[in-house]
Amino acid sequence: MHRRTSEIVIESAIKLSGVLVIVFVFLIFLFLLKDALALFRVYPVGRFLFGRNWLPISEPPQFGMVPLFLGSLYVTIGAILICVPVGVATALFIGEVAPRSLKQVLKSLVEILASIPSVVLGFIGIVWLGPFLRSTLHLTTGMCGLTGSLLLAFMALPTIISISEDALNSVPRTYREAAFGLGATQWQTLWRIILPSASSGIMAAVMLGIGRVIGETMVAMMVTGNAPVIPQSLLQPLRTLTATMAGEMGETVGGSEHYFALFAVGLVLFVITFVINLVADIFLRRARR
Amino acid sequence: MNAAKVRQKLAFGVLGIVTLAVIVPIVLTILYVITNGISAVSWEFVSQAPRNGMRAGGILPAIIGTVVLVIGTLLFSLPLGVLSAIYLVEYARDTWFTRLMKLSVVNLSGIPSIVYGLFGFTLFVVFLHLGTSILAGCLTLAIMSLPVIITATKEALEAVPASYREISLSLGATHWQTVRHCVLPYAIPGILTGTVLSLSRAAGETAPILFTVAAFYLPRLPRSVFDQVMALPYHLYVISTQVPNMPLAISFATGLVLIALVFLMNLVSIVLRAHFRKRQQW
Repeated sequence: MHRRTSEIVIESAIKLSGVLVIVFVFLIFLFLLKDALALFRVYPVGRFLFGRNWLPISEPPQFGMVPLFLGSLYVTIGAILICVPVGVATALFIGEVAPRSLKQVLKSLVEILASIPSVVLGFIGIVWLGPFLRSTLHLTTGMCGLTGSLLLAFMALPTIISISEDALNSVPRTYREAAFGLGATQWQTLWRIILPSASSGIMAAVMLGIGRVIGETMVAMMVTGNAPVIPQSLLQPLRTLTATMAGEMGETVGGSEHYFALFAVGLVLFVITFVINLVADIFLRRARR
Repeated sequence: MNAAKVRQKLAFGVLGIVTLAVIVPIVLTILYVITNGISAVSWEFVSQAPRNGMRAGGILPAIIGTVVLVIGTLLFSLPLGVLSAIYLVEYARDTWFTRLMKLSVVNLSGIPSIVYGLFGFTLFVVFLHLGTSILAGCLTLAIMSLPVIITATKEALEAVPASYREISLSLGATHWQTVRHCVLPYAIPGILTGTVLSLSRAAGETAPILFTVAAFYLPRLPRSVFDQVMALPYHLYVISTQVPNMPLAISFATGLVLIALVFLMNLVSIVLRAHFRKRQQW
């Protein structure tokens, strides 16, 4: 009888944990929504979504998120243009070209990169990469979109490399053997057979990389210059959605319009990353089939 | 040599160069932090509180703070993560509820760390009146760590052969007895590896603790779970952006200690994995 009771307790705990995971997602959404709606009661949604000025402490304040959204978009596009080709090429080299002994070393190094805390990379951006870019490209400041894109590309590489490599590995052996049997070289097999067959998995890697870059906070806040203006190019200071929340939250008064506006930004980011991850998941599922 | 062979040589060469362009910066980044930071790392540095507006002295409160946060996070996230993974693998049938749960895990893993920070602030600090405290910070970090632990546990459980379960059940064991004695023991290595990995990430995170627990400067050590603490990543952020005339060597040394801590945790996870793999029975 005693065994029965303890079993009921533990099995209930197991089910409860499962429920809690779902509850957390809903809680996050609800609490962001609650505070975002508090903004929209006093500030029109349209002006928040399409306003071209983010001036939270001017009188009257303006909370147009277009400059922040464009800031995130610019930095993300810059980062993705760099890290997708580089990451996929590295995955090809590690997975298909490198000899076994080298492979392990390369993989461990990529894992080391994955474990470097973002604040350390932000710090390196401040003391080295920013000043370096400023002097080589003759910029007015090294704290700009490009510095952010480069560091974020670096940070997203482990995600893209490891998921792409998984995708390459999961291509059936028979594809390879059939291509070799027909006299194709290793490279022809790789380029014409393996890569297209792994495309779903690689797309998933790209989506998860985008999610990683757009959600990264510390690097974006430390090196992109913190200028909430509509960016004209990556060589200017700009401000991302994430950096705005992290940078301004400490200065707001709880319950003020500004405070609620930051939660509205959080809600937008939540929705963006939700969609990105959903798409990535669909690609992953297709790849597994 | 024919054209196809030449093209292959060329293509592999390019792939090799690109890989080199990835690997070299990784090595240089680590070396850069080590060479610039090592001179300022000493016993005093890791055993004393900061002095002189954080421009001198050590970083002990930040180290302790990070260790406390990691332990607190573990207490919440490990049981919750493992139990929900057990539910997913051993109990759940393919219903809308299970699909919703899987979707939730995917979604949790993609939420940006700063959004966790905002959520932790509004729910734990404000709504539940926990204040800026260790408790609020650990709960926030725990929810953030959940998806990694769940995914690792799930994979570890799925790797246990189905025959183990069938034999146990056929001998009259109950569902839970089967899970407890015939599945879970073999999944422990995978669970541990995933857990340590997720904790090493939590140790390096700054955004989730910005408004939930991190203190700008707090030389004394925490006395209760309702205290604030300093934390290594936040301390590095503060001294590299908010403190004028900061000696660079101290910033580098702080970064070095943070990286060393995270690497140590990763090393533990690798050793655990290797140790258990030797004993694996299938």
